[in-house]
Amino acid sequence: MRFSIYRYDPDKDDKPYMQDYDIELEPSDRMLLDALIRIKSIDDSLSLRRSCREGVCGSDAMNINGRNGLACITPVAGLKEPVELRPLPGLPVIRDLIVDMTQFFKQYHSIKPYLINNDPPPETERLQSPEEKAELDGAYECILCACCTTACPSFWWNPDKFVGPAGLLQAYRFLADSRDQASAERLDNLEDPYRLFRCHSIMNCVDACPKGLNPTSAIGKIKDMMVKRTV
Amino acid sequence: MAIARRKFDAVIVGAGGAGMRAALQLSEAGLKVAVLSKVFPTRSHTVAAQGGIAAALGNVTEDNWHWHMYDTVKGSDYLGDQDAIEFMCRQANEVVYELEHFGMPFDRLENGKIYQRPFGGQSQNFGGAQATRSCAAADRTGHAMLHTLYQRNVRANTQFFVEWMGLDLIRDEQGDVLGVTALEMETGEVMVLQAKATLFATGGAGRIFHASTNAFINTGDGLGMAARAGIPLEDMEFWQFHPTGVYGVGVLISEAVRGEGGYLLNKDGERFMQRYAPHAKDLASRDVVSRALTTEIKEGRGCGKDADHLLLKLDHLGADVINMRLPGIREIAIKFARVDPINEPIPVAPTAHYMMGGIPSNFHGQVVAPYKTGPEEVVQGFYAVGECACVSVHGANRLGTNSLLDILVFGRAAGNQIIEDLKKNPHHKPLPADATDKVLARLARLDAQKDGENVAQVGTDLRKTMQAHCGVFRFADMLKQGVTKIGEVAERVAHTEIRDKSRVFNTARVEALELDNLVEVALATMVSAEARNESRGAHARDDFPQRDDDKWLKHTLYFSEGRRLDYKPVRLKPLTVESFPPKPRIY
Repeated sequence: MRFSIYRYDPDKDDKPYMQDYDIELEPSDRMLLDALIRIKSIDDSLSLRRSCREGVCGSDAMNINGRNGLACITPVAGLKEPVELRPLPGLPVIRDLIVDMTQFFKQYHSIKPYLINNDPPPETERLQSPEEKAELDGAYECILCACCTTACPSFWWNPDKFVGPAGLLQAYRFLADSRDQASAERLDNLEDPYRLFRCHSIMNCVDACPKGLNPTSAIGKIKDMMVKRTV
Repeated sequence: MAIARRKFDAVIVGAGGAGMRAALQLSEAGLKVAVLSKVFPTRSHTVAAQGGIAAALGNVTEDNWHWHMYDTVKGSDYLGDQDAIEFMCRQANEVVYELEHFGMPFDRLENGKIYQRPFGGQSQNFGGAQATRSCAAADRTGHAMLHTLYQRNVRANTQFFVEWMGLDLIRDEQGDVLGVTALEMETGEVMVLQAKATLFATGGAGRIFHASTNAFINTGDGLGMAARAGIPLEDMEFWQFHPTGVYGVGVLISEAVRGEGGYLLNKDGERFMQRYAPHAKDLASRDVVSRALTTEIKEGRGCGKDADHLLLKLDHLGADVINMRLPGIREIAIKFARVDPINEPIPVAPTAHYMMGGIPSNFHGQVVAPYKTGPEEVVQGFYAVGECACVSVHGANRLGTNSLLDILVFGRAAGNQIIEDLKKNPHHKPLPADATDKVLARLARLDAQKDGENVAQVGTDLRKTMQAHCGVFRFADMLKQGVTKIGEVAERVAHTEIRDKSRVFNTARVEALELDNLVEVALATMVSAEARNESRGAHARDDFPQRDDDKWLKHTLYFSEGRRLDYKPVRLKPLTVESFPPKPRIY
């Protein structure tokens, strides 16, 4: 199978280049990550992040034939050849397929991604109905892979100002939690021309999410909350 | 070459559930903590835990920590230390409620309480009816827990060193632990992190096996570091093979599938588990179920053209239950087994999953090893929790959902112990002059190696050797050959070569260093297994099919130097209740 992979090692390369590989895959190499590991066993300099190999840790996000996705849950069968692999767009490249995710996590941290409840905790669990819990479904499952945020033009243009779909999905996860008491503070934190409102609902994030989540819908709900509290 | 040095009150190596639970305790106490992790914290392997966390909340059926303790002791095949097991089961409710207060998105019952489901090996009333003890967030409990703990650490301002790999432990002449050397992956720089308390929470090492549910990062780094520093490894012959890894791929299919009512079938469509465990059937302990699957395959009742796997049926649960309680399993089955479990059974096979053994510790998280006066002297300044540690609460076989409980209880306990110990030892001890000599020599050897072997190739041979010689059933001749073969692999590991010499994010170097750790774990496993002439829990010897309490009711201690074995007694006396004496283990 033929691959064309973005290569850049700041220790020796002046600029990035695309390297072609033509390798024989084994029948057990079903996912793109399997193929990349086979390439790496031949050329150990190819650098990428990977860990769980089952789509829950979020390490191996990359741009695959022009679309963001996780290598470990992308079947090689059906990929157009040569398979063109690039680092996630919109973030600085450290080396090869490894990007610097500082800005991404900075935005995630900016939404205070933790439950805020200042009441003394009860002896047992805080109660929450199944319906209230269901509000968190589709939001808490995010794996922070950054496929969505780095597919979003608003983030490319304003990575320092726009929270991005992943961060906003988590903002919604806490706004929606019946146990959280900081809704007003959370909405204040997003009341700004950029942080929330740079989302123009072009829905690249929905298309890119490897977990089938819908950040655009969550962002819409946050915007509704903003409107509701002004009227 | 001058090496940068930084000082902390505590250094934690590993940012999975155990490391982050401990970190939270220390950060909230105002200590200066550094948490090192090879990956961003939420990518640690706790994220892949599925089915739940055990606690006798009694939200669904009546329950009691003492029943949980009994199940854990029995599950351990009486090799678990009963003081530690009592400690863990008694604290289970508290740590689960605490996690809920942190924001954990548990599933809920109609009355608003935490949802609980049945799981293997859990009973009411000391071996009676099935208990419903596993607290769950769908089939993503580990993911929900790991993210919650990370979030809580963000709130507490914990300092993470992301994409740093621990290289070696620093000990002085007295044997006290003074910190670690570590590699910053992005820059290739080595640093000394000096600490009054060093806590290992480096997770498992399932990557010593060819077929494993474990992530690539699970390379036993903490065990390798400890073994090289002269600390023994305990009970390394006990590895859990999970009954249901996706056939041919190894990805985990949670026991929650059987907890929700799924069951296993052989090629004749028979529910074979009722022959092996008439009472608990598909919810017998994992060692029992994995042996049953292996036996079915060996006796020709496996499925598929090679008759080498079995089927896990759950379509009868209906689309609603599957989508609500097992959505992640459905996703995995569709992607990796190419079947939709709403319509078809999932092909499964036993797959290496969990290391019951590890760095010997007590229930305060302190590492204990024989020095001069006894088998369990505290190693000053050194702590270990989670899968890398052997407390031992899991003994010869871990119950499903006890691992997430283990990391919370002992993560917190170790944090508390460190806070106490630092009151008594408020100052850093001076570092020995040769603190970094060995690790620098190891790195220099790797960089200078010419005509050496390919890391990936040696790694593959290591995994295949372990798989063939030390699997679900173990045979005397295969183990004997295994010891020789794994020794040969160890020779080759010492001469691996990497072609990538870059300083920047050199993953080839990281993988070579991981192989140094994997081989320590593999050696410890094979040597310990070869010596234990009995069958207990997950260690099933063809030539010694019975448990032998007279000779073998004891913990193994493996020392890397000289590949020597020693033993120490099992702690049969609990903290407050009566001991559970060994008896035949029937499910």
